[in-house]
Amino acid sequence: MKIGVLALQGAFREHRVALEKCGCEVVEVRKAEHLDGLAGLVLPGGESTTIGKLLNDFILLEPIRTLGLQGMPIFATCAGLIVLAKDIEGSQQPRLGLLDAQVRRNAFGRQVDSFEIDLPVAKFSGKTIRSVFIRAPYILKIYEGVEILASHEDKIVMVEQGNLLATAFHPELTDDLTLHQYFVSKCSEYVSSAR
Amino acid sequence: MVEQGTFRVKSGLAEMLKGGVIMDVTTPEQAKIAEEAGACAVMALERVPADIRAAGGVARMADPTIVARIQDAVTIPVMAKARIGHFVEAQILEALGVDYIDESEVLTPADDQYHIDKWAFKVPFVCGAKNLGEALRRIGEGAAMIRTKGEPGTGNVVEAVKHMRTVMGEIRRLQNLPKEELMTAAKNMSAPYDLVVYVAKEGKLPVVNFAAGGIATPADAALMMQLGVDGVFVGSGIFKSNDPAARAKAIVAATTHYNDPKVLAEVSRDLGEAMPGIEISTLPAEQRMQERGW
Repeated sequence: MKIGVLALQGAFREHRVALEKCGCEVVEVRKAEHLDGLAGLVLPGGESTTIGKLLNDFILLEPIRTLGLQGMPIFATCAGLIVLAKDIEGSQQPRLGLLDAQVRRNAFGRQVDSFEIDLPVAKFSGKTIRSVFIRAPYILKIYEGVEILASHEDKIVMVEQGNLLATAFHPELTDDLTLHQYFVSKCSEYVSSAR
Repeated sequence: MVEQGTFRVKSGLAEMLKGGVIMDVTTPEQAKIAEEAGACAVMALERVPADIRAAGGVARMADPTIVARIQDAVTIPVMAKARIGHFVEAQILEALGVDYIDESEVLTPADDQYHIDKWAFKVPFVCGAKNLGEALRRIGEGAAMIRTKGEPGTGNVVEAVKHMRTVMGEIRRLQNLPKEELMTAAKNMSAPYDLVVYVAKEGKLPVVNFAAGGIATPADAALMMQLGVDGVFVGSGIFKSNDPAARAKAIVAATTHYNDPKVLAEVSRDLGEAMPGIEISTLPAEQRMQERGW
């Protein structure tokens, strides 16, 4: 199964390694032609303003939005979550706008306020996931159809909406493959339903 | 339990900067131009390296007011430089909340023998290196990101290329050594043994490695990326050129599409004059910033 990782800027290599450990073939996506035949797409962490600009300049916003609306699974982490969201507090930066939520950028503060923590996730039978938050956003508001999967100090940090999965933290910076495996299972369902 | 300032959190920010361009800026206006062009971070400075070189004298940490105004102007990470060994400048920059400190040879060293103990800080550090031993010493001191030194403020990429090729060549050499030779290799390059063992096994540095020092064009940025760096710093190259906004944007695109000559050809067009360059052999030894650091 072929999964794309948006490789415009940021920690795309770590997602590549995690997905390869899950047995996937990985394609680095820098142009629209790289989106052909994907079972899913990862939007990695990085700088959301940089990634948004490059998505716009290299004509990737519309093709990815179309695939997302068609039901292709998308897994977005940190900056990826910002790029995926409909509303970004106080910002007009380019975005996909697929996830029905409002996010706040740099919501936990500057780098000296960045942290890691064990986060329990009810969806995975309460299993704790080591979560690394780096100048991370969180979700201020969710709209209809969005399910909260995890919160930290009452702030929403992980959600799912149909084919979309998003975290404010970086599962790709740890060796825990739980979230990537879950995403890959969504991708296989998508592939078999499309047949 | 919430843990802050762990090495994973410090090096993690560098991971997020990969594939991006970090630009030197001296005013909030320049910082906005950089952010608008797609910079993944800015380096807040009082003067860019070319002007530091021209001014001579002692170059120090920027005035906190300049750093704070640049922090207020942009939402991307803001870095700032401290002098080599000047841990109080680093304490001040940490108190200001900068996102990364560059313990930099561009400024005049404050200690002629020792670098800052970077483990003592919650804020992460980036340091320059000309070779693998120097890179591993800095990482041993707690640096969470490495960059080539190159020769800052020259607009001449040759030294950055030399430093990157040196590091990569030394990594390849370590990979081929039998285990019993690694201790002597560590001794010969004055590097911590455990880090030498890591590099021999993994074939890469344990932290992100950027290019810096002399990058002036989109092609320079792509050259460094093809040589294997994770991203680029552009110091004087942008705001000493005659169309900074266009050049900044082109270097960002070239860093993403470093392996696509068609895109590189497209973004390299009509950028106006690059910064004036300096041929390295015309620089007297005492003016070579890369020799600073131990």
